[in-house]
Amino acid sequence: MLRYLAKRLSYYAVLLIAAVFLAYAISATALQPRTYFDAKVPRPSAESVERQLTALNLNDRTPVAERFGHWAGGLLHGDLGRTIHDTPVTDDFGRRVWVSLRLLLLGSVLGMLLGVAVGAWSAVRQYRISDRLLTVLSFVLLSTPVFLVALFLKNGAIAAKDAAGHDVIPFTGYETPGLTGGLGTHLADWALHLLLPTISLALGGLATYSRYQRGTMLDVLGSDYLRTAEAKGLTRGRALLKHGLRTAVIPMSTMFAYSFLGIFTGAIFTETIFGWHGMGEWLIQSINEQDVNSVVAINLFTAAVVLASGFLADTLHAALDPRVRS
Amino acid sequence: MTTTVAEPSPSATAAPRATGRGRLVLARLLAARGAVVGAVIVLLLFALAFGGPYLTPWDYAAPDFSALHQPPSAEHWFGTNGVGQDVFAQTVRGLQKSLIIGLLVALFSTVLASVVGACAGYFGGWADRTLMFLVDLLLVFPSFLIITIVSARLKSAGWIAFVLLLALFNWMITARVVRSMTISLREREFVRAARFMGVRPLRIISRHILPNVASFLIIDATIAVGGAVMSETALSYFGFGVKPPDVSLGTLLAAGTSEAPVFPWLFYFAAGLLVLFVLAVNLIGDGLRDALDPTSGARPRRSRRKRRP
Repeated sequence: MLRYLAKRLSYYAVLLIAAVFLAYAISATALQPRTYFDAKVPRPSAESVERQLTALNLNDRTPVAERFGHWAGGLLHGDLGRTIHDTPVTDDFGRRVWVSLRLLLLGSVLGMLLGVAVGAWSAVRQYRISDRLLTVLSFVLLSTPVFLVALFLKNGAIAAKDAAGHDVIPFTGYETPGLTGGLGTHLADWALHLLLPTISLALGGLATYSRYQRGTMLDVLGSDYLRTAEAKGLTRGRALLKHGLRTAVIPMSTMFAYSFLGIFTGAIFTETIFGWHGMGEWLIQSINEQDVNSVVAINLFTAAVVLASGFLADTLHAALDPRVRS
Repeated sequence: MTTTVAEPSPSATAAPRATGRGRLVLARLLAARGAVVGAVIVLLLFALAFGGPYLTPWDYAAPDFSALHQPPSAEHWFGTNGVGQDVFAQTVRGLQKSLIIGLLVALFSTVLASVVGACAGYFGGWADRTLMFLVDLLLVFPSFLIITIVSARLKSAGWIAFVLLLALFNWMITARVVRSMTISLREREFVRAARFMGVRPLRIISRHILPNVASFLIIDATIAVGGAVMSETALSYFGFGVKPPDVSLGTLLAAGTSEAPVFPWLFYFAAGLLVLFVLAVNLIGDGLRDALDPTSGARPRRSRRKRRP
């Protein structure tokens, strides 16, 4: 199992390096930091623009490979370069990454667990009312883009606020500014602010996973080994859990790896809509400001997280399926 | 999947067999209520998108200064926005653009996926490794990320460039599935026979491999239409997709969002049509899956379950 995992890990490392280079090349050629300085009022002189661009390692007259070399050299020392406002990218990164990770982890884990549970339950109760209701619901959710779910929730919260005359559920930011009180108050405040963004992220995952889980679980339910497990004396619940669910989850572990892409995209929307100052909002902002170094840092972050979740899925797969280990 | 399904096209020589399967699939499809409902909805929406502009005297861009922020009425069916533009005309126009983009993206990405997947699976070796590395590389980034970065440069190129961009980042997972199906098809007797008779590889792929993965491709392309429309609206919502003066459902949603609590008709007509269309497409995809691939159908399983003591 270790050898298998080591092989996967080295593949991911190569992939990460290639991906970072690709991200740098695309960002550095597609974005034009020069226009950001040229659009400033009062307009800076040509030499000063040139000087600032070179100082920030953003000058488009330097070959991309040379800029990348300079940037990669800094990366080895944990330096992600400077933003277009001449502040270190690592400052923004460090502040925003926790805001985003909180949402990403909670949203994806919640969606995953609930999706598997709902899907398996739905399969066991195939064609009953509850199964039909869940099927319809998941179809509607699958057909609603995440940003629309987030907007619906936000509009609902605004309507609730208008009806009640005060904030019922907060819908902007991740904490109440200037809140006083102990740790308990702060935690409750955090949880309340997390509620709507997490729901909008988790619902998409829930719908997708439950459909697939229902399918794989149905395949398992008709299998002979499950009947054998019951015949040798296991209760139906135990047999379903130990022999049914475990087998049915295996094909899902590959899905979890790819799903992170969707979750991250969803987080860009929810963060922007709910006014979270996280990575997603940063991305939109830095693209509009032609801030190459920040954009590359965000790319680096997603690539690292996607590959980490891919590795996690591989580990899960190997742990659940003994055939992979050999 | 059986080998007799090699040519579902209704060509003259294969007519009897092809219609047989075609009729079977059609009968199964018509028996699936969801798929029929979905197909009817999609047809109605297409009729609305392309016939709608002729139903209303208003142009989607022309303002009516005597009616600002008016709720839906006999004159303006979906109401008007802040500058007096007719929301029905705008929604219909946006729906049209979104549908065209969805169809084109699904078409391009499916073609790309089938070619890359089949080549990787059939040739194997270094071609396979290179193509799969490319697939993995593109999968590392959310397509949204790359498209937002590149779209700043493509402002002048218009929506066709946007379609190509969406298609370019939408084919990878399908290609992987096609590849694994091709790997198992490659060792089948009819493919080996063709190979030993000296048929050239590209011809084997187009004549023997692709027709055998056609079922999967049809289902996948159907669902991809819905996915593409969702991506398009999301990107346009944030200003990275379709750009004014062009309208799509995404730009309409972006324009209507801030006013949605006060003037709901600016937001909910476009939102409703978007969800309705994707839902209908997904229903068709689900019905097609049951009709084209009998082993995935729900009915046989029910009978098996019923026989259980």
